[in-house]
Amino acid sequence: MSGPDVRHALEPLLEVRGLIAELDTPAGVARAVDGLDFEVRAGETMALLGESGCGKSMTAGALMRLLPDVGYIAGGSVKLAGRELTTLTEAQMRESRGSDMAMIFQEPATSLNPVLTVLQQIGEVLATHRGLRGAAARARALELLDAVGIPDAARRLDEYPFQFSGGMKQRVMIAMALAGEPRLLIADEPTTALDVTIQAQVLDLLARLQRERGMAVLLITHDLGVVARMAHQIGVMYAGQLIEQAPRAAFFTRPAHPYSKLLFDALPDAARHGRGELATIPGSVPPLTTVFAGCRFADRCPQAWSRCHDEAPAWHEAGEAQRVRCHLYDPAEAGRAAPLAAAATSVVADGGVEAGQAPLLSVRDLKVYFPIRRGVLQRVVGHVRAVDGVSLDIRPGRTLALVGESGCGKTTVGKAILRLIEPTGGTVSLDGQDVGSLSRSALRSLRARMQMVFQDPYGSLNPRMRVGEIIGEGMGALQQGGDGVAVARLLEQVGLRADMADRYPHEFSGGQRQRIAIARSLAVQPALIVCDEPTSALDVSVQAQILNLLGRLQRDMGLAYLFITHNIAVVEHLAHDVAVMYLGRIVEIGSVDQVLGAPRHPYTKALLSAVPRADLDAATLPQKLAGDLPSPADPPTGCHFHPRCPRAQARCGTDAPVLEGRDGRQAVACWFAD
Amino acid sequence: MDFKPLLLWSDILLWAMVAGCIALAVYCRRQDYLRRAWRRVGESGVAMASATILAAFVSVGLLDSLHYQPRLPAQEGSSEVQYAPEVLSVLDALVADLRLNKEKTYSAPLATHAFAKETMERDGLQTRDYPRLKWGGAHLDDVAGRDSDLARRAASGAFYGLLLWAAVVGVAVGWMALARGAPYGATCRTVWRPGTAATRPIAWRAVFATLAVLSVIGGITAAWSAGYHVFGTDKVGQDVLYLSLKSVRTALLIGTLTTLVTLPLAVALGLIAGFRGGWWDDAIQYLYTVLNSIPGVLLIAAMVLMMQVVIDTHPEWFETAAERADARLLALCFILGLTSWTGLCRLLRAETLKLRELDYVQAARAFGVGDARIMARHILPNLMHIVLIALVMDFSGLVLSEAVLSYIGIGVDSSMNSFGTMINAARLELSREPVVWWSLAAAFVLMLALVLAANLFADAVRDAFDPRFQWRARRIVKNVTA
Repeated sequence: MSGPDVRHALEPLLEVRGLIAELDTPAGVARAVDGLDFEVRAGETMALLGESGCGKSMTAGALMRLLPDVGYIAGGSVKLAGRELTTLTEAQMRESRGSDMAMIFQEPATSLNPVLTVLQQIGEVLATHRGLRGAAARARALELLDAVGIPDAARRLDEYPFQFSGGMKQRVMIAMALAGEPRLLIADEPTTALDVTIQAQVLDLLARLQRERGMAVLLITHDLGVVARMAHQIGVMYAGQLIEQAPRAAFFTRPAHPYSKLLFDALPDAARHGRGELATIPGSVPPLTTVFAGCRFADRCPQAWSRCHDEAPAWHEAGEAQRVRCHLYDPAEAGRAAPLAAAATSVVADGGVEAGQAPLLSVRDLKVYFPIRRGVLQRVVGHVRAVDGVSLDIRPGRTLALVGESGCGKTTVGKAILRLIEPTGGTVSLDGQDVGSLSRSALRSLRARMQMVFQDPYGSLNPRMRVGEIIGEGMGALQQGGDGVAVARLLEQVGLRADMADRYPHEFSGGQRQRIAIARSLAVQPALIVCDEPTSALDVSVQAQILNLLGRLQRDMGLAYLFITHNIAVVEHLAHDVAVMYLGRIVEIGSVDQVLGAPRHPYTKALLSAVPRADLDAATLPQKLAGDLPSPADPPTGCHFHPRCPRAQARCGTDAPVLEGRDGRQAVACWFAD
Repeated sequence: MDFKPLLLWSDILLWAMVAGCIALAVYCRRQDYLRRAWRRVGESGVAMASATILAAFVSVGLLDSLHYQPRLPAQEGSSEVQYAPEVLSVLDALVADLRLNKEKTYSAPLATHAFAKETMERDGLQTRDYPRLKWGGAHLDDVAGRDSDLARRAASGAFYGLLLWAAVVGVAVGWMALARGAPYGATCRTVWRPGTAATRPIAWRAVFATLAVLSVIGGITAAWSAGYHVFGTDKVGQDVLYLSLKSVRTALLIGTLTTLVTLPLAVALGLIAGFRGGWWDDAIQYLYTVLNSIPGVLLIAAMVLMMQVVIDTHPEWFETAAERADARLLALCFILGLTSWTGLCRLLRAETLKLRELDYVQAARAFGVGDARIMARHILPNLMHIVLIALVMDFSGLVLSEAVLSYIGIGVDSSMNSFGTMINAARLELSREPVVWWSLAAAFVLMLALVLAANLFADAVRDAFDPRFQWRARRIVKNVTA
């Protein structure tokens, strides 16, 4: 990354002035983008940062004039290289899309057409915008695929999207976007759907391409880590407005707006490790149909006073090239600008858990194989080894984080422990009782001892049942009553109001739904809760609320968690122990300080270094991990990691290393561990 | 007694369904969330208007489902009470004029003369001319006065219709005022101007407006039919309006009874196939794939013909022709149901496959909730919108397939009136010159009204039961307040 602070004296490539975009929704007219002003210069990355529902993607849509049917641009101007875009005809706009500016989307799986080959899809752009056809188009497509780092590009040109992995699909998408040689690239959450090691590859690729081609990039993201790695300029959006604009260095050293500060504080981080409470932002983003009188953030702002509620703040200078929409920076209010209490994060003492206790949950050599069936007679021709010999222990009141990329089998471990999936082999014992050998009825009484919280707060609650019924169901199924009093008590325990029991799940926000899901699992008074990525679908500020809740419940009730996640920052904040999984096997397991502080396995090291950090020294080049996760149906021989491992030697390809720890250090499965 | 009540099997089933609906309504009133959902249906003007039209159809159908046999005049010297072999319904009694006043053959709507020329003797000369009808316009001395007579009758019919409407609405509003404890005038105003009310009220205005239209149409039709054939007459001189009214019951029966057969099969098999998977799924899939590969009409024809043989060889099972026709109708419903569950079953299986992997089903499993309970509590309610939509779409489809089957002669009994038989007859009438269009038009208008009302109502019900749905009209309310 070369000189993020270089500010060209050039004219801005993209100039947005007073852009207003509205959506005509059943609830009223939602002003999703309200008076946006910003500019992007060639060779510069502007990051739009914000939580879901604050109008980031609508901004991208408005720039490309690709708004949903109910959306329209209600005012303002968008100039690309001095050319006004809002007044162009649709035909002129089509010309401009793809050649002047291109867009890459969040979900690579759905943004490529599954029935066309990669060449056909790239060729379409080349034919439209470059007039290239036939052999010339093929040659150019080949160059593009090479440029985005797809190995064996000549062969892969004729393959279909389903033959590519997620990261590779995103590379194809980028190649398509580049085909028209755009001067502005709009990247809408380009790596959100990808794993960290793949995300690191794609971000590096974007940065390299930008450098080589001098493109302007408008990066839309909610991830402070991605912003820190990529952006030169940062614009923070809230409820349809930009509320802070700053260069990268200024933003990460001195965020000005109270909202920006709280976003940083809400981020779980090693710096505040010690399972303290994270700062949270109460409430959620107001609906955009609201007619705002004062500052849009006033209701959630800890520093708000009466003026904030009555008068919309104007832009104020908050430092060199840093602007903020907040009354605190009004020269007239100079006396007020007291810094936000840094003690928003209070470290709470650990709930006095003795390390020597007998394990609550003990998993030994757990295996889950899914048969692959072929042919008319459905013969079993092989197995997907989703989980291949996993052993772990969890003591009461402790949290074990199970970390790994998607497809490594971590969710399957969680479900197999609860016997939601029947394990193929190995034992799971809870309190010394073998879960695997229990009959259905005996299993039912054990169900009360362990529960699960799921990833998707929208899919985990039955939309046709009221909250009270949802929470009461478990109690009813396990003959524990389930009356209104118990439900009300549980709702209050997770920070909701007792009268919410009559409502349906759709009336709640994502964070509230996750609270309901937690209340449901608490209802049967479990000793162990398997949390399957409980915060990955939530915004940072809401994630902090849920993490705090989980921490508090653990301290109050002595719960043990098996915390399945791919988010290393959450692990640092919450876990006592960490197990790192790769392709069905645990490659490293130990206490959080050992594993994250001094990783021994090369995969752990690569994983940790790939995590984008929300601070300025993010420039440290990650230890790159080449390639993708191999298929668990056909895992590599020996050590599963050896094809991607920088240290692999001949032995790794033949013998699988055993998980073992020496000298009081964490156990690791590697022949050449540190 | 002057008559002997007679319960046909289809009557029993139809009234049992009515009782079931009432029981369901009572249950819904007790269940808070169901009541709220139905209230949302009530808030929709379109839903209430179509419900009113449906109610009109249903009441015709129900009146036609109270059957009796009239007593024959006592024979000389015999004290034995004899009942007519002909089975009549309350509807027949109410519209006896229409039923009994037949013409010789075709006559156009509101005509005074027959549709075809006839050779007649006038003043000793043989001429070919259009003869006067026996009933249609027979009261007119001068045929030229027909138009003014029609206008006069229309005006008085509309007037009496509106009078009846005003009485009904007055009583209804009075009852509402009593129930709410509000003064009569204020209640009138809230019914008429619901926009000013704090909460969205039940759309009584739509009900009353629809009722007004229905009463005016009904009044005019009644006034005209006292002296004319409003929809004309068919080939054998029967009043087409009467035939249409009688067809309503057949359509309702075919549309509802068939779903009684379809639903349990489709829901149970679809749920089991999707939820259990494995051998269950394979077996059920093979079953409906095989069933679907047999040409439907052939299968139905074979079954109907077999059933007809059974009915014909056992005349002792049926006392009257009506009972035989009724048995044939029930068998038709049963056969249609047996062959038409596959589409819904396939939909439900696919949806169940999706739902069973959802986290809330997994969560229920983690609580040790049993399979049957998961299916009933977590999967079935989330399938109901599909069931509802499929039912209403099938309703129109079934009414139409009855027409197709009648066309090839395997539909309802020929003595039974149905839209199908009317449309089938229209096939020949349309090829006449000049065209006899009124049978088809009458069947078309009534079927359209019935199916359209059912579709609109089901749309509103589906939306109201979808928790994510927000009424589009909220925006208007918001703008008014803002």
